[in-house]
Amino acid sequence: MMDGTKGFEDATTGEQKIRNFNINFGPQHPAAHGVLRLVLELDGEIVERCDPHIGLLHRGTEKLMESRTYLQNLPYFDRLDYVAPMNQEHAWCLAIEKLTGVEVPRRASLIRVLYSEIGRVLNHLLNVTTQAMDVGALTPPLWGFEEREKLMIFYERACGARLHAAYFRPGGVHQDLPDALLNDIEAWAKEFPKVIDDIDGLLTENRIFKQRNVDIGVVSEEEIQQWGFSGVMVRGSGLAWDLRRAQPYECYDEFEFQIPVGKNGDCYDRYLCRMEEMRQSTSIILQAIEKLRAPEGQGDVLARGKITPPKRSDMKQSMEALIHHFKLYTEGFHVPEGEVYAAVEAPKGEFGVYLVADGSNKPYRAKLRAPGYLHLQAMDHICKGHQLADVSAIIGTMDVVFGEIDR
Amino acid sequence: MSDALKELGELLELKRKDCVLGWDVTHDELNVDVAPSNLVAFVEFLKTDSNCQFSSLVDITAVDYPGRAKRFDVVYHLLSMYQNHRIRLRVSVREEDMVPSIIEVHPSANWFEREIFDMFGILFSGHPDLRRILTDYGFRGHPLRKDFPTTGYTEVRYDEVQKRVVYEPVKLVQEYRQFDFMSPWEGAEYILPGDDKAEAKG
Repeated sequence: MMDGTKGFEDATTGEQKIRNFNINFGPQHPAAHGVLRLVLELDGEIVERCDPHIGLLHRGTEKLMESRTYLQNLPYFDRLDYVAPMNQEHAWCLAIEKLTGVEVPRRASLIRVLYSEIGRVLNHLLNVTTQAMDVGALTPPLWGFEEREKLMIFYERACGARLHAAYFRPGGVHQDLPDALLNDIEAWAKEFPKVIDDIDGLLTENRIFKQRNVDIGVVSEEEIQQWGFSGVMVRGSGLAWDLRRAQPYECYDEFEFQIPVGKNGDCYDRYLCRMEEMRQSTSIILQAIEKLRAPEGQGDVLARGKITPPKRSDMKQSMEALIHHFKLYTEGFHVPEGEVYAAVEAPKGEFGVYLVADGSNKPYRAKLRAPGYLHLQAMDHICKGHQLADVSAIIGTMDVVFGEIDR
Repeated sequence: MSDALKELGELLELKRKDCVLGWDVTHDELNVDVAPSNLVAFVEFLKTDSNCQFSSLVDITAVDYPGRAKRFDVVYHLLSMYQNHRIRLRVSVREEDMVPSIIEVHPSANWFEREIFDMFGILFSGHPDLRRILTDYGFRGHPLRKDFPTTGYTEVRYDEVQKRVVYEPVKLVQEYRQFDFMSPWEGAEYILPGDDKAEAKG
């Protein structure tokens, strides 16, 4: 009816009234880094409110853990932050070792440091390059994944699995590393800085990358405290807070490394921090290999005792050892009553385990404290007033993985 | 480390006698028991006091003890990045009790409290948006309670006829496998076959 019989309608009609727009971001959005559903309220292109709906990957890990033995629970930790699986196992082992009072042998401790740092590189490579993809660069992920592939082969050569390692065990690590593997990791670590320089050349001074990241998602020192951030989210804003330095665990206190900090606390500074952390991790990897080759670095990789299996050769000779092995893998070991909180500096921030033991072979309650949970919680706070396109840049640098957030 | 924590514990008891019900240092960690009514004031004190500066909330969680009169322990972990120490607060509550929300002091408590409500059904007074967070839309029950079965009550599948996802009561083709490997000499709660006869004789 365009003949004017309805009369002239100006901008105040219901149809044309300006109203805010609600959109769903995800759960199938490639830039959501997993199954995240964001309900965004937009005023034009400006985000007014952001309500993350999480739990689409909830598997009830904490509930399942209550009905399994301590050792059976270990593989669940690989499935939390599946980008750097061994770092999570580490926290679980530390919690059990704290309650049982087991001392980890030096060689195992060094291997743990070595693989934790490999995990950190794995994580940062994925994060930096896919964040770049979220803001429009396609080449970095291709280059980054090539290196990740090599690192996963190191995972595989140590424990047989590329992803779900189950390599760190309470009391040490599952098996010793062969010398050839150490040589190959060393060769890789010597080559790797060149690859970082290449990725650096693609991104750091890239005009589009800077336009999309500089001054986006600025986090102040006060906000860090308010929202309970940890990891790179803290260091990007100039606070040199790193659990490896502040509350050293394992044998991190004998390693030399710098803690990179940003100045402005924006997405770009966090990117720079991650790049520098990869360089620092590579240097830790080289130091760890050096120490593993030294005479002090030789020896057993498990603290032989109640919570670890006996040696294969002992089992052939001794009935006691055979019984111990059988009981360990059926009944499992008992952990004395008590509660502990053990935290590690996972690549994403502070990953902690709060373990309540009741003296039986199963944890009474285990709470997994994921860094990404708190980071994602602050989405509404950080995104408010940003453009819609910045949302994906911010999610990218927050480094969220839904395995650990939804648990 | 543990001496410094002991000092801190004594200091807290001295300064806030009304709030601290008891404290101890075990495994190099400081635990403080707090009454629910004093919780918010105490957390605020911990945040602002210059000796404490617990400005960062690490975690809130709960533990279910069905045998106790005060069924739940709500556990708070706080961290000071400036003083480099940690503290754990424990608040015991009954099933029907409300816990005051500490959102005013630590905005980051928001999701943690939602998660506890979701998993344990503990209500937080003063929380602006106490919705479920991790479980499905329209989920019923509180999964981390000890009386909630691990299998849950409902299962979902895609129905080819109705062309949508349907919810049904859980049907297990075999019993949920909970193997009991506890050694009969320590911890097993059942009587071994044959042992009952020995009992009757003696």
